Amino acid sequence: MLKGQDFNTTYQPTWCPGCGDFGIWTALKTALDELQLDPHNVVVVYGIGCSGNMANNVKTYAFHGLHGRPIPVAEGIKLANHDLTVIIIAGDGDTYGEGMNHFISSIRGNHDVTLIVHDNQVYGLTTGQTSPTSEKGFKTKSTPGGVIEEPVNPVSLALSAGASFIARGFSGDTTQLTDLIKKGIQHKGFALVDTLQPCVTFNKINTFQWFYRRVYHVEKEGYIPNDWNKAMAKAREMERMATGVLYVRERPSYHASLPVLEKGPLVKQPLDGIDISKIYKDFV
Amino acid sequence: MQKNSFRWKIGGLAGNGIKAAGDIFAKTCTRGGLHIFDYLEFPSLIRGGHNTYQIRVEDRDVFSHDDRIDLLVALNDNAIRLHQNELDPGGGIMYDPRVITADVESLGAKGIKLFAIPLVELAKKYGEIVMQNTVSVGASFALVKYPFEILERVIHDAFAGKNDEVVTSNVLAAKAGYDFIEKEFSSVDFSHLLEPIGSSSTQLVVTGNDALALGAIQAGCKLYVAYPMSPSSSILHTMAQYGDQFGIVVKHAEDELSVANMAIGANYAGVRAMLGTSGGGFALMGEAVGLAGITETPLVMVGAQRPGPATGLPTWTAQSDLRFVLHAAQGEFPRFVIAPGDMEECFYTASEAFNLAEKYQTPVIILLDKYLSEGHKSVVPFDLSRVKIDRGQVAREKDLSGLSEYRRYAVTESGISPRAFPGTKGGLHIANSDEHDPYGYSEESSENSTEQMEKRLRKFDKAEVDIEQPKLTGTPNADVTLVGWGSTKGPIREAMQLLEGAGITANQLHIRFINPFPSKTVASVFRQAKKTVVIENNATGQLFGLIRERIGLEAHAKVLKFDGRPFHPREIKKSIEDILTHA
Ligand SMILES: Cc1ncc(C[n+]2csc(CCOP(=O)(O)OP(=O)(O)O)c2C)c(N)n1
Ligand code: SF4
Ligand SMILES: [Mg+2]
Repeated sequence: MLKGQDFNTTYQPTWCPGCGDFGIWTALKTALDELQLDPHNVVVVYGIGCSGNMANNVKTYAFHGLHGRPIPVAEGIKLANHDLTVIIIAGDGDTYGEGMNHFISSIRGNHDVTLIVHDNQVYGLTTGQTSPTSEKGFKTKSTPGGVIEEPVNPVSLALSAGASFIARGFSGDTTQLTDLIKKGIQHKGFALVDTLQPCVTFNKINTFQWFYRRVYHVEKEGYIPNDWNKAMAKAREMERMATGVLYVRERPSYHASLPVLEKGPLVKQPLDGIDISKIYKDFV
Repeated sequence: MQKNSFRWKIGGLAGNGIKAAGDIFAKTCTRGGLHIFDYLEFPSLIRGGHNTYQIRVEDRDVFSHDDRIDLLVALNDNAIRLHQNELDPGGGIMYDPRVITADVESLGAKGIKLFAIPLVELAKKYGEIVMQNTVSVGASFALVKYPFEILERVIHDAFAGKNDEVVTSNVLAAKAGYDFIEKEFSSVDFSHLLEPIGSSSTQLVVTGNDALALGAIQAGCKLYVAYPMSPSSSILHTMAQYGDQFGIVVKHAEDELSVANMAIGANYAGVRAMLGTSGGGFALMGEAVGLAGITETPLVMVGAQRPGPATGLPTWTAQSDLRFVLHAAQGEFPRFVIAPGDMEECFYTASEAFNLAEKYQTPVIILLDKYLSEGHKSVVPFDLSRVKIDRGQVAREKDLSGLSEYRRYAVTESGISPRAFPGTKGGLHIANSDEHDPYGYSEESSENSTEQMEKRLRKFDKAEVDIEQPKLTGTPNADVTLVGWGSTKGPIREAMQLLEGAGITANQLHIRFINPFPSKTVASVFRQAKKTVVIENNATGQLFGLIRERIGLEAHAKVLKFDGRPFHPREIKKSIEDILTHA
């Protein structure tokens, strides 16, 4: 059996010491290990950010794409070969800023991919500007007067868009996060694992301590993630922050709704033997 | 009396069924062995704008539309007002006297034949008022004495799948129009006759978009992704219509950013995926073109041009995105730009584009434009044996087993390194948009950056000789050499014949591959030509400038048109005559 470290590459991450990204990295590798997935049958698609820099550190097939665009790349991969496990590692800027349209659209389509968002409430790689999840009033280099906008609430947004699996994790709790990632991968459809991730360098407000004081496990309070209204209430709690699986609703995934894929993955279909002359009749 | 050379035009409101009438007219001609080329004009409106459909019919292959017409079917006054001057002497106007208030009598006095027919009344007798289009098609064929049975069969096939009543009522309406003309105008001599000619093979009636879609299907395209935008949308519709039958996933994505990235993901995962768009959508895809470039992912992109900037003239034609697609995206990487000039070239370019994209692992842009994308031409069925599939260098499990390591971006002499599809044992790597080392790991050292850039660019060292070279067609050592790219191919070809008729010898250099640029061939043609004229549907002479840049020689003149309308042969002839007399 593979161990978590079998998913290590020869490169060590380049994150700041103490960065929350380390916890997500560990949880992802452990989840792949515990699900006994073969590295060659897994593709992780990475966005651009500190988060996306994980591309060099997980030994699976990897596609390190553009800022904001990992979701459509992942969808294209899944449509081409739905036998693959497709995971997305993205930042909050990638997902809720630059690529918001893809986020909503992928949820609506229920593409069978697992999206792990490094939600650090800043743009880390570009040295600490505000992100769509930054709190109102948050002062950064790009917002010295404080953020004017209301923050995006990823969980309530995903709920409104009709997501079939929504979890919130915390990079300081890798045991729980591993479990959430595993459940997300096993879910047949779009799975969001929004992960609270302290950026120790540029976010001096939402620190590990800040999160430790607020997060709790919903299942320990008997929460069952099958009620949309209750999930919405959990999403909007402010003083405490609900973590765990917040909502699940089974519905057919995008690729499973396509009759042409019933024969198997596109990539396995032969390219010879095609004869368009049988539709010539429509052009005479 | 002229036999089998006829130019028909129907004009009316959007919503009058102009397009359906044109489709049926064209196919009725080709089923009788005649050849057609057609051209549609319509504004970017669903209802109310002025629409026209003009069809040129000949007993030989036709390569362009004509600006002159022989019969105008006017469904409203506007059609008469706007198009009466396009009629050649001996031509006729067909109209419903209860609809038309324009002064047709004065046209009659000028020798235009008038064919008054109660289109609306006959349509209503057999169905709805919109069927006046069918009545007029029936009446038109009666005027040129073409057998009704062929039209009847086309109507049957056109409405196949609808209920019998629709078929019957349309046939009856067409027949009513046909009979009316036969009865009321039997003594009038119309100047044109159409007669079926024996033909050994059936002809297809296709647009450039149709031909390209068919070519892509035959080439094994398994995923087509697009966001609707004129004039590319009909590729999406055609692919969607046949997707299930040919095992193709067709995705209308949320925006063009998604389109391009999804197509890249699918190609990376090992299928042949294609996307389609127009200039505005292409602009949104810019960054992704470079993503395909640096990750060395094959990507076939179809860009159907229309006039810009911005929304421009959405339903009109232009060749003004050449410079844009040649340079779209930051950074430097190889890309193919191919501009097919007619429906046959559209078909064969599709498979060629997939082969080149996979062989060179880089983007291939196919440039079309509205004139080519949406106009129809009759063609002999495509030669499917010419469609070859070459997937380039792929590292399969058997190639990789036993190797101690796999370097996706190995620095090779050709610059091409075998790619492994995800799911392949032994092929793990990072397809990386960051500059990367041979394994795909992000790497910023000076040596590596230089080495990988050179590797990618080296792929094009030999590409120029790998592509089909442009051919000089027409008279050798001609007075003038007409140079063009893309959809001007047909009008230039027809113009050449007109010039020869006027005692000017001409030949044509149609440049289909624009990148890599066939410099050697073009330079040798330029050196030998007496006079070179570049003809383009844009305002700045984009190919004209590119030729100078690539071969260091400048054409003697350029002929440009940028009003959203395609060139027609007569105006090209006139421009060339002017250039030659003022030279
Ligand atoms: C199109 C484009 N715009 C801007 C950038 C610059 N950029 C790189 S990363 C980034 C933001 C990263 O923030 P986030 O997605 O939250 O990731 P994090 O670094 O916080 O993990 C930006 C704006 C880019 N690479 N591409
Ligand atoms: S800048 Fe922030 S997010 Fe980026 S590595 Fe450092 S701590 Fe982590
Ligand atoms: Mg961030």
